[in-house]
Amino acid sequence: MTGLGARLRQQLVCFWLQLKILMFSPFEGFLAVLFPLMFATSALLVYRVNNDPDAMLYAGIGAAAMGIWTSQTVSATTLVQRERRAGTLELVVAAPTSFSLVLLPITCAMATIGLYSVVATILWDWWVFDIALHVEDWPVFVLSILMATITIALFGFLLSVSAVRYRTSWALGAALEYPGWLLCGFVIPLDLLPDALRPVSWALAPTWAVEGMRAAAAGESAWADLAVCGAVGLAYAALAGWLGVRLINAARRDATLALS
Amino acid sequence: MTAAVEARDLRRTFTTRSGALRRTRKEVEAVKGVSFEIAPGELFGLLGPNGAGKTTTIKMLITLLIPSSGSAHVLGHDVVTDLREVRRRIGYVFGGDRGLYERLSGLDNLRYFSELYGVAPREQKKRIGELLELVGLTGREGERVEGYSRGMRQRLHIARGLLHDPDVFFLDEPSIGIDPVGARELRATIAGLRDQGKTVLLTTHYMFEADELCDRIAVIRSGEIVAEGTPTQLKGLVSAGRVLEVETYGISDDAVEAVRGIGGVRTVVVEDRGQVQVLVVSCESGAEVTQPALARLDGTRVGRVSHRDPTLEDAYVELVTR
Repeated sequence: MTGLGARLRQQLVCFWLQLKILMFSPFEGFLAVLFPLMFATSALLVYRVNNDPDAMLYAGIGAAAMGIWTSQTVSATTLVQRERRAGTLELVVAAPTSFSLVLLPITCAMATIGLYSVVATILWDWWVFDIALHVEDWPVFVLSILMATITIALFGFLLSVSAVRYRTSWALGAALEYPGWLLCGFVIPLDLLPDALRPVSWALAPTWAVEGMRAAAAGESAWADLAVCGAVGLAYAALAGWLGVRLINAARRDATLALS
Repeated sequence: MTAAVEARDLRRTFTTRSGALRRTRKEVEAVKGVSFEIAPGELFGLLGPNGAGKTTTIKMLITLLIPSSGSAHVLGHDVVTDLREVRRRIGYVFGGDRGLYERLSGLDNLRYFSELYGVAPREQKKRIGELLELVGLTGREGERVEGYSRGMRQRLHIARGLLHDPDVFFLDEPSIGIDPVGARELRATIAGLRDQGKTVLLTTHYMFEADELCDRIAVIRSGEIVAEGTPTQLKGLVSAGRVLEVETYGISDDAVEAVRGIGGVRTVVVEDRGQVQVLVVSCESGAEVTQPALARLDGTRVGRVSHRDPTLEDAYVELVTR
């Protein structure tokens, strides 16, 4: 097997085993099923007051992305803590595989759980709130969902790499959860945000992915949004790879890997 | 011949911070210039009390900590600059329950770490099968680790550490918390590693374990190596003397101090053995301490009094309490 083939196999096997870890917890599984639906219900109950079908569709699509954002940001920042608690952090750092390639399949496994929340929320919107999803361009809409999933995973990857030195990194995820809903325009239009916050929204890849989903649903071109989304996602990956080496070295220097 | 492991004046300082408003920094020197060499195929023991610097030394050698100063090489590769080569050639196992994915089966844990340690896909199945056989987990590999006993986990750890067939193996208190039968099996496994030509660095608190397994031992105290040699050489440090053991019931600290003050006494340790506290007095050859010691225990209920030859544990106690 070539180097690239072996690396791909490594990533796939590690992804599958990490997905098994995530799916085998009944309690966490229950929360993963329930939380996205609860968030969507809260948002849609607020929007339903105006009795505006377009606003409901806007909120319905945004709510679908809320669950994946929550599952990714919270779980990505607790990822390192989870490894620390299990006593596996030092072992994976001491492996010959680079730490970034250890974390990547874990964040992809989390993103897969997040993908469920998108699908479940869309079905919930239709079943409970009678929001028929009129999508003009289904292939691009599905592509936008996948882009949202992947780029949020990459953002989670960046967070988990950045958080490796800090034992209270889990708090970062909780702090990012609700601001992210607003900054990415999941439940309110970005035009309503103060101008000073716009650059923050632009730097968040999910902002562009959700714009792409909405454009595809409305039959407009989503390619520009998706291109920016992909570029921002790649920037996350590059930054995480660069930071990974430096932060792990800093953790080795300051002896913070084993903090529990 | 290149040493399998070489440490030269290895030092490691930690900075601790305390206080909420007025933050104060304190530097703690955990390892203070440790030097030793381990030959290929040698089983080397690093003994010392808690906090002596054993784990810190190991963590520097396995690349998890960067030394504050000094140098270390594993099979000729620098542990600071040549990380990947060092990591490819070493295995690391520590004691205790942690270090495994509880929700995965033993087999899946081994598959996961096989991938991370670069075991070729076509070799994985065979290698995992061999290791399961070696550590006696064949037939239990499909069960989730959360249902494993501590001994089974420790054996799975050993298998994990050996997946990529490392040349040098670091075992940090591997038998901690394991029952006697499990510990005996573990010692047999470790002895088997040496027979296969692996170089092993073992840290342990159990002297009989070190005595049985190690070719050479270094005793580390407060971050410094205070003695190094074969188990026989270390025992020789106190072999010129004798050990007096006195069973007591409710011995006071003052009485222990009084015994310590007797001429010819090297060390005095009190060991709790159920209801009995055994006063272990290591004394110089020819020194008559029995009567003076019993005189100083006046008022303390005394049981059996006996003499014996020094053991490795006596040597260890003397070295770390000097």
